[in-house]
Amino acid sequence: MMRWLLLLLGGALLGGIVHLATVMALPRTATHDAYSRLAAGAPVNTVVALQPPTPDNAPMPLMDPAFVSAVCRYDLSAGPLKLTVPVGPAYTSVSFYTRFDVAYYAINDRAAGRRIIELDLMTAEQHNQMPEDVDVTAADRLIVESPSTTGLIAIRALAPEPGLMPMARASLASARCEREDVPKTAK
Amino acid sequence: MRLLIGSLFAFAVAALVGLGSTYFALSRGAAFGSLTIGSWTAWPKSGTSDADPYARATIARTGQLPMALGDGVSFSARADDQGRALDGRCDVVVSGVTPAARFWTLTLYNTAGELVANSVGRYGFTSEEIVRSADGSFAITVAPRANPGNWLPTGGVERYGLVLRFYDTAIGVATRASREVPMPAIKTRNCP
Repeated sequence: MMRWLLLLLGGALLGGIVHLATVMALPRTATHDAYSRLAAGAPVNTVVALQPPTPDNAPMPLMDPAFVSAVCRYDLSAGPLKLTVPVGPAYTSVSFYTRFDVAYYAINDRAAGRRIIELDLMTAEQHNQMPEDVDVTAADRLIVESPSTTGLIAIRALAPEPGLMPMARASLASARCEREDVPKTAK
Repeated sequence: MRLLIGSLFAFAVAALVGLGSTYFALSRGAAFGSLTIGSWTAWPKSGTSDADPYARATIARTGQLPMALGDGVSFSARADDQGRALDGRCDVVVSGVTPAARFWTLTLYNTAGELVANSVGRYGFTSEEIVRSADGSFAITVAPRANPGNWLPTGGVERYGLVLRFYDTAIGVATRASREVPMPAIKTRNCP
């Protein structure tokens, strides 16, 4: 009897380890997370408009139907990216996610303070390699450091009423995320 | 032989306890740092790079992109103020005022996080679309059949969840439930 109780206790302790291990491993093994779902239809370093969510078909669960969305799946291994998003009719936001869908930064149109959200996305290493004078001359240039080489940028524009949907869609249609045209100096 | 049976038993217990608790924790949304006000719960920390392992696992499992904290905060409710699960066959009234935010939206989802089909193609409201009373408060009737005023159709589904999202708001990781964060009440009226 004592022996079975001990085995039960040992099993439960081992179960605790299994629990922690599965929780930690899940994000790395999930095949239906947002990044994997979007990877099929979203080429790297290009802004792709997402279909508005409908009851039968939605790119992701829990999307806000009042928003027009677009994503840019990025890969910074070849160099930093430049992101340009014109501001929509009411509220526009840009959120940055790592490969494992963790949000690390977001900015909205009011914080950007202009009719266009412009920023540079790079890894910490690329930021360090940037010549200092560039940093100084472009003081109003917004630089976002990505903790991972790959990830996802979600660009969203609110249509406060359904009639403003086409306007929000039009503003996102001219959003760009692309390699900076100035080639990086070899180092 | 006794050793073999014993260790098999211990491993079976481990698998049951470990996987069972993982499944249970993730389907209940067990991330730390939740902010509960009335029937509404939000996880502001899940929208930051400080998201804990439970939040990360839940995000990966459901396949959603969490709302980044710099964007806003998303509150969800699955039950009314009495603790009764939201039923799409009943009339549920969401009324009151909301905390300060530039915009907010209220959306109805089924338990899988999908929009619910209905005859008028309305899946939610934005703060601009709402008809308010003179004191600035509002009432939204979530019901299977058409209602005067702000009507959010349920499509007659049995269980649903409401998600209230605040965009460009001061609510964040440091927010505590208090009078400065008034959330609308959820009350179930006529139930068939």
